[in-house]
Amino acid sequence: MTRLDGRGSDHGRAAVLAVALVVLCAGVTGGLTTVRAQQPEAAQDGFVPMSDIPPEDQLPAAPLLVAAYSVVWALAIGYLWTIWRRLGMVERELADVTRRIGEKE
Amino acid sequence: MLTKRLFPVLTVVSLFLFVTAPIVIVRAPYESTMGLVQKIFYFHVPSWMAMFLSVFILGVASAIYLFRRTASADRLAVAAAEVAAVFGLMGLITGPLWGVKAWGVWWQWDARLTMAVILELILVAYLLLRQYGGPGSDRLAAGLGIAAMANVPILYMSTEIWRTVHPLTSVVPTLPAEFGLPLWWSAAGFIVLCLTLLSVRSRLEEQRASLERLYLALEED
Amino acid sequence: MTGFCKVAWLVLRKDLRVESRSREMLFTTLFFAVSCVLVFSVVFVRGGQAVEGAAGGILWVVIAFSGTLALGRTFERERHHDALRGLLLAPVDHPALYVGKLLGVLLLLGVVEVVVVVMVAFLFGAPFFQHVWRLLTLLSLGTIGFASVGTLFSAMLVRTGNRAVLLPVLLFPVTIPVLMMGVVGTTALLQPEPDLAMARVGIGVLFFFDVVFVTLALWTFEALMAE
Repeated sequence: MTRLDGRGSDHGRAAVLAVALVVLCAGVTGGLTTVRAQQPEAAQDGFVPMSDIPPEDQLPAAPLLVAAYSVVWALAIGYLWTIWRRLGMVERELADVTRRIGEKE
Repeated sequence: MLTKRLFPVLTVVSLFLFVTAPIVIVRAPYESTMGLVQKIFYFHVPSWMAMFLSVFILGVASAIYLFRRTASADRLAVAAAEVAAVFGLMGLITGPLWGVKAWGVWWQWDARLTMAVILELILVAYLLLRQYGGPGSDRLAAGLGIAAMANVPILYMSTEIWRTVHPLTSVVPTLPAEFGLPLWWSAAGFIVLCLTLLSVRSRLEEQRASLERLYLALEED
Repeated sequence: MTGFCKVAWLVLRKDLRVESRSREMLFTTLFFAVSCVLVFSVVFVRGGQAVEGAAGGILWVVIAFSGTLALGRTFERERHHDALRGLLLAPVDHPALYVGKLLGVLLLLGVVEVVVVVMVAFLFGAPFFQHVWRLLTLLSLGTIGFASVGTLFSAMLVRTGNRAVLLPVLLFPVTIPVLMMGVVGTTALLQPEPDLAMARVGIGVLFFFDVVFVTLALWTFEALMAE
């Protein structure tokens, strides 16, 4: 859809560097979280961690959770796809009209 | 032009955040009263955050267009309205999916939920107006965009002003770290996704505008 | 300031004069409102007993529907012969045009509401006249809120092809809060033990909405109407 042309090569490298930094930070944070999750949690006000979950409480919730996450993913990907499709149509028309103007001149 | 440079970065970052978010979320502890279904929280709240961001952009861009007639502001407003409507839909679907387990009902007409629906309706009205309104509707739409943005603070404060069934906004800032990290991780993913979608959707508007200009040039010859 | 009021008055007087000749808008809007109330009474009154607490909601729904009808035709006369452009080209404060039109709509809706309130009170056995002043305040403030947004949108949609459909599409989402507070306040007054505190809250919120909407409309009317 978009290209990093020659002029943007400096920006391209900066972009790659930025992404690499983000990945590094993400990896570090992910690691830290894993370490933390393995330690016992203290009780807090409001949202309180459960120490054990009776199996029968999980089952009705799982389909809802799966549905919620699927809907989010489906909407995000679906919307991105509609934009892609519309952009493709417009760019095809643009190429066509540009050609017709070129032929006229 | 900014969008062209940013787009690859935004896509990669948002993809990464989205792929890793479930991992982070799974590691989060279970909440005592709601158990597994509470995990919808990690997608529900960020989608509304992304929606508010888009509506804010819509309002500002609309105001700029209304008073300065900057065409690029109008294009950004259209993109922001569509993106906001999509995130609003995510929020309106994930909410009841959580609510049916947590509250026992799919829906209640309390202050926050009602205002959320109203905001979504205003966005749909905006999009319908842009699509079917014909010439001159761009300015009215800009007015509508500003109205949508004016709704957001009220929506945000609605749980504080009225007694509602919805959890208070104060829950989020006071979250313990085990719940806070997955939330803000997910929020980062949604915000970056929002910016990605905005950039590519405004690009579509830009291309459409170029196409119109070319058609006009073609007819003139 | 006097120039502003004078222009608004002139616009209002023109509309009243035109209307007084045919009375078309008045009669058609009234008839529509009456039909609405009758349809609702058929649905919601069973065996002589009205559904509990429905009267307030029905009243405001009828006001919203007839209001939309009236608002859609507010600028109808200006559509012909480029009259609207003529008005806008006149060396006057454009917001004054808006105020003049708004006052015309409010007068029309006022007449309609008198009839509707009496009908609903009668058909639904609703004790509207126990707290007349509070009810009047609620009705006035709510109608101002609804009509202020509607007049603005109606002005903007004059040049649009799909305006008949688009006006309700745009108007209702933005005015739902106004209609809701009107219903909440009115229903509070109609209860067996009237909840006066809630009615006061309704009046307060409606006043706030009115100030916000009218201010926004006056502020943006110029920019919105420019060609």
